[in-house]
Amino acid sequence: MANKSSKKKKIGALSIKNVTKIYDPSGVNVKAVDDCSMEIQGGEVCMIVGPSGCGKTTLLNAIAGFHSITEGSIHLDGELLCGPTKPKAQQSAERMVVFQHGALFPWKTLQENVAYGPTVQRVLSTNEAMDKAGQMLAEAGLGQFVKKYPGEVSSGMARRAEIVRALINQPKVLLLDEPYRAMDALTKQIMHESLLETYDRTGVTIFFITHDLEEAIFLGDKVHVVTTRPCQLKKTVEVKIPRPRSYATQSSESFRKLLEEVNDAVHEEAVKAFRAGEREMA
Amino acid sequence: MTQTSTTQLDGTAKPEGFELFMLRLNKKIKSVDPYLTFAGIGLWLFAYWVLCEGLEIWRFNKLPGPVAISKDWFSTTPFQGISIFTQEYYDHIAVSCQRILFAFGLATGLGVPLGLFMGWSRTIRDYIFPIIETLRPIPILAWVPLSILLLPGFEGPVIFLATLASFFVTTLNAMLGVDSIDEEYFRAAGCLGSSRWDIFRHVVVPGALPFIFTGLQISIGVAWFSLVAAEMVSGDLGLGYLIVDAYMNNVTVPMVIAMITLGFIGYFSSACVRALGNKLMAWHVKELAQQGR
Repeated sequence: MANKSSKKKKIGALSIKNVTKIYDPSGVNVKAVDDCSMEIQGGEVCMIVGPSGCGKTTLLNAIAGFHSITEGSIHLDGELLCGPTKPKAQQSAERMVVFQHGALFPWKTLQENVAYGPTVQRVLSTNEAMDKAGQMLAEAGLGQFVKKYPGEVSSGMARRAEIVRALINQPKVLLLDEPYRAMDALTKQIMHESLLETYDRTGVTIFFITHDLEEAIFLGDKVHVVTTRPCQLKKTVEVKIPRPRSYATQSSESFRKLLEEVNDAVHEEAVKAFRAGEREMA
Repeated sequence: MTQTSTTQLDGTAKPEGFELFMLRLNKKIKSVDPYLTFAGIGLWLFAYWVLCEGLEIWRFNKLPGPVAISKDWFSTTPFQGISIFTQEYYDHIAVSCQRILFAFGLATGLGVPLGLFMGWSRTIRDYIFPIIETLRPIPILAWVPLSILLLPGFEGPVIFLATLASFFVTTLNAMLGVDSIDEEYFRAAGCLGSSRWDIFRHVVVPGALPFIFTGLQISIGVAWFSLVAAEMVSGDLGLGYLIVDAYMNNVTVPMVIAMITLGFIGYFSSACVRALGNKLMAWHVKELAQQGR
């Protein structure tokens, strides 16, 4: 078991080196990310925290291959994703994104959604993919809902199914962009437990963007606090709370200390972002 | 089917098939909706009768009233030549329906793929969209002389005009349907390892369906509209021809019978398109139902 998990930890290491992204939509250069560097080890849960509009999503889009970068490079397990010679990474199932608003195809049932990836990649036949999808959804506690359309289930179930849709492709990295943002506190708790359970089972590298500091500490191995626009790494807080974690962890003394530490760093940036916003409006 | 989806909270089986139909019918009869519909029709017919036959108001007395029409419509020996017992009546209906089927099928078969490709590929859109947008505002009647010059016989121009009108509606709606698809679905499909063709099949087509079917419902109405206009100008048979022919021969009852028949068939054809759409878009119907609509 220990051997297995250490073997898993090797894959999915992300190395972000001096990445800069400049948007130029209307002749005015906007620096979204400025010389940002981060090392994410394989099998690590890495939480990115920072004020709204600071360029966190830009970073995620660059890793996923939705956007190009202006300078710097990103490597996955030593392989170049994007860099000076190749500004935009190729989209691939090794880097799966779970979107902020949820992007299960509304015209496919949960099972068809999950089976989609392996089918189009021709890894499995349609029947095999459907079988495996049903099985994985059942493992995630969605066995009764496999034939339902996303519009018929709650947002929490849809989000769980979306994570299953990502995991069936055995990605090296899971990229989550504030996936639990619009959820109520109780649903969020259940989502957190479900994600932790999934992580303990698969050991996949997780790159998770959030505003919620408690979420960041509860889920993460490392919390990277980034500055307001342009996005730079400000501080990294290591979370040494042992796994598996339970909800009781959140009331412990060490948890509260970490929260304070992260909050201090983020608050400063949030105030800066707010002031900058005021300037822009004026 | 899992156990939970066929049984309800109290343990009874969920009604299906005929049972479900009867349940819905029963619910409908108990609600106020059907009675409002009957009352609406009754009121409308009464007003019509009062204007034309009851009080014989000036100018309305030239029109056949509901009594005169139904006398002829359901008579084995109609005074003015057209009734449900005359072969001629069905000939006109059949010819018009055939033309609609052909024109609507052709417009859909050409318009939906073209619209989808235009929404999907910037290049195709740049080539074709300006031309379509220029041709689209030209009224269908303005095409009549050109179509008669261009196409031989009666059938060609009539079908051409009906096809053209519904083609524009269908194409535009299919294109807007693709535009309406959220960017995140394309990104998700890309992440999952789709080829460009996979994205077309699994994202573009199903994502545009709600818009396509809205377009098809409008387009079948437009097809009827332009078909009748075309039959009035250039035709030998068909309901549009019947209306003009009756008017020319100063027999007003067949004219009104043809108009009402057109209304019923038009209603029925849109209902068919709607039903087909709901069948293809179960996900959409269920989503709307979840929102209480």
